[in-house]
Amino acid sequence: MGLCGPMYIYLPIAEVSVNVFILIGLGGLVGVLSGMFGVGGGFLMTPLLFFIGIPPAVAVATEANQIVASSFSGVLAHVKRRTVDFKMGGVLLIGGLIGAGIGVIIFNYLKGLGQVDLLVKLCYVLFLGIIGSLMFIESLRALGNAKRVGNSKPRHKRTWIHALPFKMRFRVSGLYISAIPPVLVGILVGILAAIMGVGGGFIMVPAMIYLLGMPTKVVVGTSLFQIIFVTAFTTMLHATTNYTVDMVLAVLLLVGGVIGAQFGTMIGAKLKAEQLRILLAIMVLVVCAKLAFDLIVEPSEIFNLSVARGH
Amino acid sequence: MRIFCTFFLIALFCFVRSALTQEIVLGLSKNEIGITAFFDGSEILVFGAIKATDELISNEPLGVAVTIASPLLPVMVRRKEKRFGIWVNVDAVEIDLAPNFYAVATTAAFSQVVDPVSDLRHSISMERMIRSVGAPMTVDDPDAFAEALIRIRQDQGLYKALPGAVTLQDNTLFSTSVTLPANLVEGAYTARIFLTQDGNVIAQKKTTIDVRKVGIERWLYNLAHQHPATYGLLSLAIAIFAGWSAAAVFRVIRA
Repeated sequence: MGLCGPMYIYLPIAEVSVNVFILIGLGGLVGVLSGMFGVGGGFLMTPLLFFIGIPPAVAVATEANQIVASSFSGVLAHVKRRTVDFKMGGVLLIGGLIGAGIGVIIFNYLKGLGQVDLLVKLCYVLFLGIIGSLMFIESLRALGNAKRVGNSKPRHKRTWIHALPFKMRFRVSGLYISAIPPVLVGILVGILAAIMGVGGGFIMVPAMIYLLGMPTKVVVGTSLFQIIFVTAFTTMLHATTNYTVDMVLAVLLLVGGVIGAQFGTMIGAKLKAEQLRILLAIMVLVVCAKLAFDLIVEPSEIFNLSVARGH
Repeated sequence: MRIFCTFFLIALFCFVRSALTQEIVLGLSKNEIGITAFFDGSEILVFGAIKATDELISNEPLGVAVTIASPLLPVMVRRKEKRFGIWVNVDAVEIDLAPNFYAVATTAAFSQVVDPVSDLRHSISMERMIRSVGAPMTVDDPDAFAEALIRIRQDQGLYKALPGAVTLQDNTLFSTSVTLPANLVEGAYTARIFLTQDGNVIAQKKTTIDVRKVGIERWLYNLAHQHPATYGLLSLAIAIFAGWSAAAVFRVIRA
């Protein structure tokens, strides 16, 4: 109970006692990374919370709440710079809310079957693996190109996306496309947000650039705008159906995260974009490899406990 | 005079009764534990005296077993197997009742203090404390699941076997201390004291220790369960405020 030495705090919802400095440190570490790379960091924080013994259901729900804070903090700067496409954000959001609803239903169903850990981990391995590899290859290529010529990328290429109905004009993004692809992207990201406890920026950002053809400068702000609402909705769903949002945990992670993010931004400003992206790709692949390794290698304890139904 | 005689007879009767049966007088260093925000475990001292030991029938030495148990709850135990190259939960056995925390302290090795029959009757050891009525037919070795529950909770410091942790002086005074870990769940904990001779329980005593979340911990827990929508909105309000203030503070610092 002393103020010196390791200080433990009892989390009222997770019902575990955790070292305060570990939580603030984790928040800070992930904050540095998210500041450096401009990602939410949920995909790193949620597995780290598993590792320190927070029950997965609490980790996922609480992380959603924490992402609301970091995204809100981030979006304010983008609103000021007018780099948020609110209309596109709104369309993505419609999909996101539907997806989050589906995601929580899947999550609760599998929790009853005892397979939720597996689902969460498989999702991580799959998506981190794909995104990490793509980013790694792309940034290697960009590093090569940067040495020769300034890369000229083809924009507004006509694809199957332009043949779909329900076309809308997105003035800020300078696009005239069907509303179907953004809604579908939103649904996918919403499902992942609910199941994996992430904002989904690491999937939405590439999808917006490569699939929807949005200009890079509005992508981050728009995705943050959508993430705030989807994660807020997810937080409410988890809070009212599972009672798994731990406010004390969220606040401690926030404190570290907010401070870390500022240092991260400072470090990030000193590195080149290609170097940053390759570092992020390596980090994503390392987390992916660790999770995959744990699934494949025989665990030291093949039994596990959970609260039985009817509690 | 008649009243005096009646009192005398009652007193005598009580004395004879207590001489015939062993009686445990019990004390706890605390019978309430509050889980505060900075709760990092607690130590409970269990002490007491045995009355009328000189009237023992045999000369076998006495033994004392002290148990502390959290409320019993059902637990699902799952076992992983390799399927399609990855480890997946396959078999599951629901243990009907098991404490989240359980400590057994004894004066000597458990088997010397409590014999199997007494253990069966009074559920003193960890193995007997866990109640599993029936495992599904598909599971071939249901015992492995109960063993796994004990092993996992022992690793987490939630189940403790403490042979030799009870000191007994002159067959009269006993004491032990049990450390409760920080990750306790709430509820009415039961402390039981068994006095044994030659492995047989000759006296026992039971008392409860109330473990409760207090202060802000209590308030947040109740709010989350009784008014989940309010709790969710409050969590979001805190998040939005924190996000906004962080942006505002660092804008000032940078400028």
